Amino acid sequence: MDRIPNWADVLLVPLISLVLAAILSAVVILAIGENPVEALGYMVEGALGSTYGWGYTLYYATNFAFTGLAVAIAFHASLFNIGGEGQATLGGLGVALVCLALPWPHWALALPAAVIGGAAFGAAWAAIPAYLQAKRGSHIVITTIMFNYIAFALIIYLLNNGLKPVGQMESSSARFPEGTNLPTLHEMLGAIGIPFSQAPPVNISLFLALAAAYGVWLLLWRTPLGFEIRAFGKSEPAGKYAGISSFKIIMITMLISGGLAGLMAINTVMGEAERLVNNSVQNAGFIGIAVALMGRSHPLGILLAALLFGFLVQGGAELAFWTSIPTELIIVIQALVILFTGALDNMVRMPVEALFRARGRAEKAKSVAAE
Amino acid sequence: MTAPAIEPAIELKGISKAFGPVQANKDISISVQPGTIHGIIGENGAGKSTLMSILYGFYKADAGEIFIRGQKTLIPDSQAAIAAGIGMVFQHFKLVENFTVLENIILGAEDGALLTPSLAKARKLLKELADDYGLNVDPDALVENLSVGYQQRIEILKALYRQADILILDEPTGVLTPAEADQLFRILGRLREEGKTIILITHKLREIMDITDTVSVMRRGEMTATVKTSETSPTELAELMVGRKVLLRVDKKPATPGAPVLKVENLRVVDSKGVERVKGINFEVRAGEILGLAGVAGNGQSELLEVLGGYRTAEGLIVMNNEEIDLTGAKSDGQSRRSRGIAHVPEDRQREGLIMDFMAWENTAFGYHKDERYRKGVLADNVGIRADTAEKMERFDVRPPNPKLAAKNFSGGNQQKIVLAREIERNPDLLLVGQPTRGVDIGAIEFIHQQIVALRDQGKAILLVSVELDEILSLSDRIAVMFDGHIMGERLPDETDEKELGLLMAGVTPDANPAAAE
Repeated sequence: MDRIPNWADVLLVPLISLVLAAILSAVVILAIGENPVEALGYMVEGALGSTYGWGYTLYYATNFAFTGLAVAIAFHASLFNIGGEGQATLGGLGVALVCLALPWPHWALALPAAVIGGAAFGAAWAAIPAYLQAKRGSHIVITTIMFNYIAFALIIYLLNNGLKPVGQMESSSARFPEGTNLPTLHEMLGAIGIPFSQAPPVNISLFLALAAAYGVWLLLWRTPLGFEIRAFGKSEPAGKYAGISSFKIIMITMLISGGLAGLMAINTVMGEAERLVNNSVQNAGFIGIAVALMGRSHPLGILLAALLFGFLVQGGAELAFWTSIPTELIIVIQALVILFTGALDNMVRMPVEALFRARGRAEKAKSVAAE
Repeated sequence: MTAPAIEPAIELKGISKAFGPVQANKDISISVQPGTIHGIIGENGAGKSTLMSILYGFYKADAGEIFIRGQKTLIPDSQAAIAAGIGMVFQHFKLVENFTVLENIILGAEDGALLTPSLAKARKLLKELADDYGLNVDPDALVENLSVGYQQRIEILKALYRQADILILDEPTGVLTPAEADQLFRILGRLREEGKTIILITHKLREIMDITDTVSVMRRGEMTATVKTSETSPTELAELMVGRKVLLRVDKKPATPGAPVLKVENLRVVDSKGVERVKGINFEVRAGEILGLAGVAGNGQSELLEVLGGYRTAEGLIVMNNEEIDLTGAKSDGQSRRSRGIAHVPEDRQREGLIMDFMAWENTAFGYHKDERYRKGVLADNVGIRADTAEKMERFDVRPPNPKLAAKNFSGGNQQKIVLAREIERNPDLLLVGQPTRGVDIGAIEFIHQQIVALRDQGKAILLVSVELDEILSLSDRIAVMFDGHIMGERLPDETDEKELGLLMAGVTPDANPAAAE
């Protein structure tokens, strides 16, 4: 067979990439005179060593799951949505407007409304580049990047002109009403008697992300629409032959993609900050690209990759806190992981494939010799 | 050492090559005399291309030896092959479109850092080659402006420029018109006279019979026979290729045409560049008949199929089962066409008819994925589709009958059977078929033709577009010839021949200009 086994494709290749990134990171840490083993210890301990660490890791992972899914579904239609950052920013605006619109009595009422608000604003922000791509052929990579910057500027403008309560210094919106505060993992697990740290902001959005992952899987592999999205992504001429409208697929896919990115704001804006602040997305939109690449655009892979990046962010923060390793180094480590798992994927994949082919041949030779 | 009277130009001894579990070449030995044309014939996947790739240094043989002019030669890469005097003309040309002929010829064989002396030298040599072999080309023409036949000539010149005296041509006529193919054979004949050795890889029996001196037949990686062409027949060769008796002619009853199913009136198609590709054509296809549309590729047939299949807009009138169909707008897409009883086996199955990365069962649902029978509520009934695919694969003898195998892992013939099964099993009123047997092996061709005829016998209308005249002549009940967007005329297969159709395909109407007939 011309392909490597599934487990090697999904697990072995990313794992080797990860080890390579770790080795190179170790070299960098050594070069600045620190102990890499100790550094790894701080990261693991800080991110996974306590429910406190886990709480933060899962909180970040939730963000990356949403943005990763957003990028992945667009990938399936062979669209490269780099606009997750801007779409999530606008999603935050949608969530904030919903939360501030009414004196919500209970989160269970506010959450569905905020989901609709966040998804709708994220989708709307993706709709313009999608339309330009579908109708005018303007490349979506270019337009979504530009829309990120427009989104940043728009939010700063709105925060300072309208959303900021009179007399407040900080440019952020008013605090959301009590009734919009989402239950944290601490509260939810506490209700069934499992102790969990109170500090981290991880909240019910985690389960929303899991549901979104399941929903994306269902859509892509179990519905005629998902079939059309994947078919269009694999071969546009074949899509035309089958009567799949490219306009329809580009629009729908990008709306879903933008909506998923917008949903990230449920976790950050509604779940954590409880008000709209500037730069609520904090690069999660871009990390989503790496997550989607590493997760091979499959929801399960994306959840795992999101967890890894959650670990890197949280572990990195702890590392910077406990050692004299500068925070910038964390970005270097993250960049190395992205480089190896995303950009240099083939560098690892090809030798692994060659290895499996060689093994297959050796086994064949053995069985021939045995005859 | 006393040299034998004639030393073989090429001798292969015991060549074997395996790809994983597939034995592509099994203990192959041939010997080709200098100054002859040696044909290698076999079905797709028989191992012809692998063998030639070994000879040209693309693959390393697992076992065996190569002798060139009696010398044992190692060919680790294509540079070594060129050095040994071997030239290769690939099926898909390797030319730089926006370079001139001269630039393409010296590409990779420039001497020195400066281009001008190389070009001057090449120009002189090219003139000599042109004189020697009758290979006239304009050295300063841009390749993109040249016809396919000319581009192939440049490939041959490239090999000759590199002083090849053994020339390998891989399926050279696949892209040529009958006239261009004749020209190519004249060139090959000339090269043979000048003492060059030529290996011609093809799956077309007629070419083997027309031009080769000796022929080797390959089947499933093995060399089943090497014979003198003058001592064999197409029937014998076909049998050797497939391993059983093959019907080269389609066995069919006379058609009993019924009412018109499809009527096309004054249809015009303008492409995205504003060029008119179909220039007001009229025809009809009746129930229970096969209308064959002959023509050299690029004369509007593809555009016509795309309009009928619902992915190109047009002007004019198309009536399907007495109801007009939309030529623009939302109701002119493939889904609407399918709902009107039109099924379509597209010309390019790998680009349009199939999604190569999708599994066979996904491809079976492709285009019909919204059908009720493929759904359970809002979700797709994947289990049902897989079961349906398994049945179709059995009925259409698709090998291997594995619905979970990706389309790209099937051979050309089996890919086509998957498309055909999908479209025919829909029980359409009209079946559009474009190039049904392009890249399909002989065994599968027979089967595919039978399926098309069987559909006709059920009283369905079939529009067949093919550039293979043999296919048009043997399958069609009526033949229309397209040239430059026009239908040049209609003929009955019993009352015409390749020569007459060939002239129509070249735009020559015998009544209008009898002088141009020869």
